[in-house]
Amino acid sequence: MPVDQSLVGREFPPTSQRAVTPDDVAAFASALGGPSDNGADAAIPPTYPIVLAFDAMNAFLAAEQIDLFRIIHGEQRFAYERPIRIGDRLTATLTVASLRQIGGADIIGTSSAIHDADGALVCTAKATLVHSGGPA
Amino acid sequence: MSTVLKPGDTFGPITYPLTRADLVAYAEASGDPNPIHQDEEVARSVGLPGVIAHGMLTLGLAGRAVATWTDGAEVVELGCKFTNPVVVPADGAVEIVVSGTVKKVEDGLATIALEAMCNDVKVLGMPKAVVRA
Repeated sequence: MPVDQSLVGREFPPTSQRAVTPDDVAAFASALGGPSDNGADAAIPPTYPIVLAFDAMNAFLAAEQIDLFRIIHGEQRFAYERPIRIGDRLTATLTVASLRQIGGADIIGTSSAIHDADGALVCTAKATLVHSGGPA
Repeated sequence: MSTVLKPGDTFGPITYPLTRADLVAYAEASGDPNPIHQDEEVARSVGLPGVIAHGMLTLGLAGRAVATWTDGAEVVELGCKFTNPVVVPADGAVEIVVSGTVKKVEDGLATIALEAMCNDVKVLGMPKAVVRA
């Protein structure tokens, strides 16, 4: 079932606040093979904001009744206003930026703005999601 | 940061092995439970050649390589397209090989063009990092 074209431009509600904890960051860094090889082990991996963007994407998929297993990640870009720090409390707000259909798949462009507890923009995470449709 | 980056500097290759166990660990740590990264049958049902690594795991390894090469420089941009799937077999490992070249340094920012290969195929499209130099 194709995704509804009227979604373009729609902003979804912000995700609930997520605290950046040492444990969560350590688990994420460890899943990428451990702290960087130069011993900069306090560093937060630059792809960490995907955790926030994923929260926002999940809420979007649930709202639109799209199955996660039909989604393939086509593209991802992060632009940082400042580095994420331990102790940040972050939310992500997803906007559907674009939508097109190619060969039975929906190509969904999303942009998730990640804000800190003061409302300042920390990072913008843009994702292209390829939705492989399935039975109508 | 102590590393001085100059246009033309090249880094790597660094090889990172990936196993199914790594996919499980990444799924848990990142909160991405998509079964195409765990379950052969589901992956094939959506037209994939088998269980594939999270694109973000591969990009995460590229980010890790950048941190290694730049002594943990602040990343201001990171991105790529996911152009080819990284198929991870049930047994054994595949290798992701990451390398990079500094393309330009201006206004205190260094642009690093990256490359991520798996079985001699580029798996990321135009991966790029911009770091504070």
